[in-house]
Amino acid sequence: MTSYSTPESIYGPVSDWATDFDHGDPEYNRHAHAIWTELRGTCPVAHSDRYGGTWLPVTHEHVREIAYDTENFTSRAVVVSTVVPEDPAPIGGAPPITSDPPFHHEARRLVLPPFSPKKIAEWEPEIRRLCNELLDKMEAGAKGGLTVDAAIEYAQHIPVNVIARMLGFPLEDDDLFREFVHDILENINGDPEERIRSFERIDAYLKAQIDDHVANPRDDLTGYLIDVELGGEKLPHEMVGGFILLLLVAGIDTTWSAIGSSLWHLATHESDRRRLVNEPDLMATAIEEFLRAYAPVTMARLVAKDHDFHGCPMKKDEWVLLPFPAANLDPAEFENADQVIIDRAENRHAAFGLGIHRCLGSNLARLELHVAVEEFIKRFPDFELAHGEEGVVWSVGQIRGPRQLPVRVLSA
Amino acid sequence: MRIHVDSEKCQGHNRCYALAPELFDVDDYGNAVVIGDGEVSPELEEKARLALANCPEFAITITD
Repeated sequence: MTSYSTPESIYGPVSDWATDFDHGDPEYNRHAHAIWTELRGTCPVAHSDRYGGTWLPVTHEHVREIAYDTENFTSRAVVVSTVVPEDPAPIGGAPPITSDPPFHHEARRLVLPPFSPKKIAEWEPEIRRLCNELLDKMEAGAKGGLTVDAAIEYAQHIPVNVIARMLGFPLEDDDLFREFVHDILENINGDPEERIRSFERIDAYLKAQIDDHVANPRDDLTGYLIDVELGGEKLPHEMVGGFILLLLVAGIDTTWSAIGSSLWHLATHESDRRRLVNEPDLMATAIEEFLRAYAPVTMARLVAKDHDFHGCPMKKDEWVLLPFPAANLDPAEFENADQVIIDRAENRHAAFGLGIHRCLGSNLARLELHVAVEEFIKRFPDFELAHGEEGVVWSVGQIRGPRQLPVRVLSA
Repeated sequence: MRIHVDSEKCQGHNRCYALAPELFDVDDYGNAVVIGDGEVSPELEEKARLALANCPEFAITITD
């Protein structure tokens, strides 16, 4: 089990969240909801000099506008860090997430079919089996009053295993994938040299897997990407590597964060937990509300050209964060936005983004999330935080979720 | 009542398909298509409204 350490920001502590925010500061994810509520009162978009200049819109209206505007905002880089990748538009380093129109459309169409709802539905029995295998281990490892870590022993293993199976990668490498994810998504305000070395390590690993698939062809997602054609030609292996990196990074940290946050909610809201145990048919609706309230993903864009955005002077190559979770909690868009209402009927939340970059993996994420939560409360209908909020360690960076979630299982 | 999906706006969130599979299907790319001519029988009107209210892209419209 990789030990989890919260990196220190090279910029030092935040002095003022409206003018010096740092989403890489551990305080940000810990107090995200309160910070966004505070910033919604300031006008109109928060700015920080960190990372070479970063903007933070926090209303649904602004997030939506930026997500739809591919002229003024490029996706060529989507993870804010001390290093701006050099990969140029319109392809970027990890298509199609880093791609802009017109290239984006065709690149995305290549990867849509394996993630359509009907294809993804086929994975349900496997996901259910995996969840139960993990739950068996958790139960078996009990000593007296059962305390388990729902993030480390459960949530973190589910998406990793599923995506590794889809890609046809060795299942024994799942610790390595988690390191890769940590390197890319969490070590954003560390030493730039170190960051570049991390990317090189990942590239080498992916190349080895692709080479192995070419030498030993098989029917999986990697094989599909190697054989598929864009404009009548197979993809260069670098692009295949880029796609796979996207699937690994996008498919792991995000979903396990959503699973963890949902279980955190159920650990701390007994009546909601009881209700879901008694009304299992409510799960689908509850999952959508967990996605709204605890949306894990904040995306980002680079400003493509100098322009005025509602009075904000945005400069080319500044970062713009796209906090979909903040948009989801905007009272201008959602009634009782700050309340988690597990039978909320009208819920057009933006947890999976808006516009042309809608999360490709949303059907898989939803299925994993639904099954993971369902099986967990079936096995452990009653649980609470083992050490209160102090025992919960939240992630750092654009993906928000619990990295440690110790819970005490209560006997029936 | 008749439902419509604006295929330009649809981004494949698939909320409609999940909430009202009697009214919406999805193609191989995960984009929504209206089943038949989109005519909604009375017992499905509530589901049609729910699908409209849950589309993040406002891609669904309802006409009489």
